[in-house]
Amino acid sequence: GIKVRKNKTQLTVDVKRFVKKLENISDDEAQEVLEEKNYVAALGICAQDPMGNGSSVSGGEVYSFQTPKRSSKMAELASELAQTPGQSVAPDPSKCPEKTAKTPQSSSNFLWAEIAWKCNLILLFDWQRAVLRGYMFHLLMHVFSLLLQSRKKEIVFTTPYRLRKRLAAPDPYLESESEYSASCSEEEDEEDQKEVSTVLSGRKTPAKTKAASTPPPRNTVAKKIKEDKMSNLVEEYFEAHSSSKVLTSDRTLQKLQKRRLNQQTLHDLLEKAPLAYAAEIKELNQQHESLFSKWMLQLHLGFNIVLYGLGSKRDLLEKFRTSVLQDSVHLVVNGYFPSITVRSILNSITEEVLEHIGTFRSPLDQLEFIIKRFKEDASLELYVLIHNLDSQMLRGERSQQILAQLSSLPTIYLIASIDHINAPLMWDQAKLSLYNWLWYETTTFSPYVEETSYENSLLVQQSGSLALSSLTHVLRSLTPNARGIFRLLAQYQLENKDNPSYPGLSFQDFYQQCREAFLVNSDLTLRAQLTEFRDHKLIRTKRGADGVEYLLIPVDDITLTDFLEKEDEDV
Amino acid sequence: FGEGNKDSEDAALRFVTSQALWNQIKSETEQIQEDLNKQLFDNLVSFLRRSHSEFQEKTTEWTCRMKSREIPTAALVLGVNVTDHDLTFRSLSEVLQNDITPYIALLEAKDCPGIKNLMQKLMGQLMNCCIDVDSLEDEDYVQVSQNRIRCSMTSLINWYESVTKKTDSETPRKKRTSCSKHWQSPPVVVIFKDMESFTTKVLQDFIVISSQHIRELPLVLIFGIATSPMIIHSLLPHSVSSLLCIELFQSLSCKEHLSTIIDKLLLTAQVPFKLGDKVLQVLINIFLYHDFSVQNFIKGYQFCIVEHFCSQPLSVLCCQLVDAKKRVNSLSHDQCENIRRLPSFRRYVESQVSEKQIALLTADDFLKEITQKLLEDLHVYHENYVSVLRCLHVFTSSLPKYPLGKQIRELHCACLENRVWETEEYESSLQLARMLNKSDLVTMVQQCVEIFVSSSGKEFDKTVEKLKEFLTQFQKLEEAFQEQDVSVSSQKELQKKTDLYHLQKTLLELKESRRSKKLTKFEMLRFEVVDYIDSLVRNYLVPADHKTLHEIVYFNTASVLREHLNAAPRTALHTALNNPYCYLKNQDLKNDGGSISNKAPDICIVYKLHLECGRLINLVDWLEAFSTVVTAVEGPNGDAASSDQVDDIIHARFIRAVSELELLGFIKPSKQKTDHVARLTWGG
Repeated sequence: GIKVRKNKTQLTVDVKRFVKKLENISDDEAQEVLEEKNYVAALGICAQDPMGNGSSVSGGEVYSFQTPKRSSKMAELASELAQTPGQSVAPDPSKCPEKTAKTPQSSSNFLWAEIAWKCNLILLFDWQRAVLRGYMFHLLMHVFSLLLQSRKKEIVFTTPYRLRKRLAAPDPYLESESEYSASCSEEEDEEDQKEVSTVLSGRKTPAKTKAASTPPPRNTVAKKIKEDKMSNLVEEYFEAHSSSKVLTSDRTLQKLQKRRLNQQTLHDLLEKAPLAYAAEIKELNQQHESLFSKWMLQLHLGFNIVLYGLGSKRDLLEKFRTSVLQDSVHLVVNGYFPSITVRSILNSITEEVLEHIGTFRSPLDQLEFIIKRFKEDASLELYVLIHNLDSQMLRGERSQQILAQLSSLPTIYLIASIDHINAPLMWDQAKLSLYNWLWYETTTFSPYVEETSYENSLLVQQSGSLALSSLTHVLRSLTPNARGIFRLLAQYQLENKDNPSYPGLSFQDFYQQCREAFLVNSDLTLRAQLTEFRDHKLIRTKRGADGVEYLLIPVDDITLTDFLEKEDEDV
Repeated sequence: FGEGNKDSEDAALRFVTSQALWNQIKSETEQIQEDLNKQLFDNLVSFLRRSHSEFQEKTTEWTCRMKSREIPTAALVLGVNVTDHDLTFRSLSEVLQNDITPYIALLEAKDCPGIKNLMQKLMGQLMNCCIDVDSLEDEDYVQVSQNRIRCSMTSLINWYESVTKKTDSETPRKKRTSCSKHWQSPPVVVIFKDMESFTTKVLQDFIVISSQHIRELPLVLIFGIATSPMIIHSLLPHSVSSLLCIELFQSLSCKEHLSTIIDKLLLTAQVPFKLGDKVLQVLINIFLYHDFSVQNFIKGYQFCIVEHFCSQPLSVLCCQLVDAKKRVNSLSHDQCENIRRLPSFRRYVESQVSEKQIALLTADDFLKEITQKLLEDLHVYHENYVSVLRCLHVFTSSLPKYPLGKQIRELHCACLENRVWETEEYESSLQLARMLNKSDLVTMVQQCVEIFVSSSGKEFDKTVEKLKEFLTQFQKLEEAFQEQDVSVSSQKELQKKTDLYHLQKTLLELKESRRSKKLTKFEMLRFEVVDYIDSLVRNYLVPADHKTLHEIVYFNTASVLREHLNAAPRTALHTALNNPYCYLKNQDLKNDGGSISNKAPDICIVYKLHLECGRLINLVDWLEAFSTVVTAVEGPNGDAASSDQVDDIIHARFIRAVSELELLGFIKPSKQKTDHVARLTWGG
């Protein structure tokens, strides 16, 4: 700690020379910064103390990243992580005993702030005078060696871009500026200078403010921890939702020179990538598997079992099924499947388990029938395994109600898995008592291969391929006129893709255009055609504020462009 | 179905024992529930009879006919423990079926989204139950299904008329059996189980329609209410609620229900299975802070039984004393070893003389003999424990501020936890007890005497005697005091003629002396009583885990219970993401807390990075940050190369991790900005 301090003062002297011209600007700003820092420091106490106490607050370990500074950016963290191979970022507090004594609020915070500050300085050198690289390197190394055994000097050194990201100083005051400069690759030097200087003026005072804001005696702090933590959480929420404008960089995946991966290549690539910690994961699984017999017992005693925890529980349940349920009637429900419904579950019970032919008017009737059958025949037993009980399709109130009622039958044994963080919110007390859950934590860390493999559960990276293929398939079966109609609409939509408030093409305009292209002769034919599109979910209609019907293709622009290109090729 | 235990040691027997125990407890709890609800049901039944007789009169009296637009309604306030209501309603409908009417319909909000469904459900239930009662033949069945098609109030009335007529004509057979209780035209009872969750429209429509027909159809409504009776007025407008003639019924609060259950199940020597203090604490906490559901409490209790019998091979001895003694004799050698391994038994062995130690550790027969004796000790301990606990509770429950808790369960927990007489609370409550006034003290001692007399313990004869002696002493004291009082008053009389100053002085002195004298006597006795109680406590309320062989009957792993009944899935997820070392015991993942290493599984890294973002996350930045971290790990071999191959793999890994986060609900795709995802959590 002392060493770092010394270093800093040296540097400050150095820096002062070329900052002088900017000082008049930064002086009054510094005042503001000071106030702000006070506030932040106060916040810091709130947030850091529960962490410091650690064991006293159970959440402390779990939610360990309670840095009050929202601005500590992802990129910064990334580079930090990158530089600390297998090592904790937090420095040994014993290195700066005198400081911890004074300010129990996380010395690591402070040190990191200093490092960030030093990087700023170095950058300043870089931009302003192009100081010898060696010197800079030396400095950098010095700084880092104080805290960590840096192995990855190259990364830090050879990529100033990344360093600039680190420059996103941990100071909320600077958040917006530094953020933008960090993400837009090239900007004018002047702005940078100013920015760095503000960083400097802000940093000149930390020692003072820290001293001023030494926390009250321990015992009172300890008392306040709870409410502080609470209020901090609330503040974090409002911080996150205060402004409708969110500052993020404007980069898009398109600008990245990288082709999009489709499902298959993604799968192949992941196959190649070795699964990390396979041995440990296997051990975990074995632990869980030893519980199988217990599960059986508890299922038979009228409990149902729900599995939670990080990692796919599919394999585990599969194993349970193959090892224990071989000889009994069981039903596996893949909840993650995007088109699963309660109805299909009930159908498979009535048709395949009860071998009942016939239809039911409503799922409730069907449920009643099932309940009756199971009550009549006590020898009827059924194991139901549901992967992802909390999936999109099953999480609805009515579905859960029906499933809960099913599971409350004494001879239906339900074992299910949940993954979503808010999954338990699906159930109210009544449902919970119907389910009669026993919770089992089965963290497996195995990847959710099946669960995420369905197209619409994935992110933009590969979405579209399915949509595209379905588009082409459907359209291929249509008449040329119909294809022309769809093309018109697609083209019009692409022309308006830069208009964010584009409502869609109004029916009247569309009709006009189709007529002009000799595609339809009356609005009835067009309507008939549109109905067909709608049935295939190719278009969506929306009524505008003025009552006019607007037509939209619910596919993103890129897919649409691809589609049109493909069509052009075909023609 | 075989017992799923890993070691076959007496597993079947254990399973049978646990099942028997569970069945015993189950029936007992049901019995308790029934007893508790008896009062309520009696009231309801009398209400129904009353309303019903009114209906009889209504047909004749014109004035009542004016009033007959009103439907008699019982509002049943049941409290927030919705899950328990089911049982209450079931037994209620049973009671009604036996006493009042065969025509009962139980309606739940989830079955009745519209008035049509409601009518359908109602008629279905009514006609089915009518079939049950009369065991109708096929022709009636056809009629029923016909009715089903057109569900209206008129068809309901038609049905009702036909049914009542039929019972009239068929009286000879029916009346002898059940209709002696059922009246000429029994009312139709419609029970709305959860009134709050019905749509107001449906309720209003139903009430308005049925009030039109109340003259033909003796309808009685019962609303099950979880919150407060005010809800009726907020759900129904005045025009509708004026059609109801509401009477309020309050059920017993769930807390009282719980205390009776604890009283009957836990604080008795009858049930061999016992809960440890932490376990009980967890169960009570779940009850008080989560659901107020007695049902869940019993479920937890059941789980404890299963878990105990499953995990403790010696639990085979956890049964009635007589059986246990028999079973001890047939224990196998392994089981004997199990006994020797019990920590409490080891302590016991160490306290014995050396020859006995050797015998205990080597000879199975001797061990069995001793075990029998110890088990008996344990049983006696329980018997005494309960009585003394109740006695102590009598003393502490009326103290100001309740230092040892108001409820006996709190006292029970405190006693189980550690030596209660070493706690501060006990000290302060004794001090308070030493300041009790006489009448309270006497009644308490009397109560204690009753408790001891009724208890099954054999050692309490002396105690009872002693307490009775205290009582007589109090009696004497009182007499003495009265005498004294008389004498004092006479003294006063005598001194009346002295001067004022003297009078005052003497009076003051007298007062002083009287108080000190009387109090010392009473105080001494009081001290004696309190000390005696204290000695009882020290003798009998030893925490259970100081007893030898307590492991056999006590279930004490609260963590298991909490894990399975009151799980925190979100915390588990966060722990796994923040600190994978908790689960994956790899040295690379070990850290000093606070942060994670860059060798963590992908999803942890991605999660960590996303924590640093605001509401929206740019995917490109995210990807870049991720690849920075990951390439750093892969380090020197892949530094300059950065081939397409590697990049693609990282890209793919990133995609996987992000979609996993999406599945877990941390992010969702956002349309606000291209290539952005929205964060669904905030903060760290």
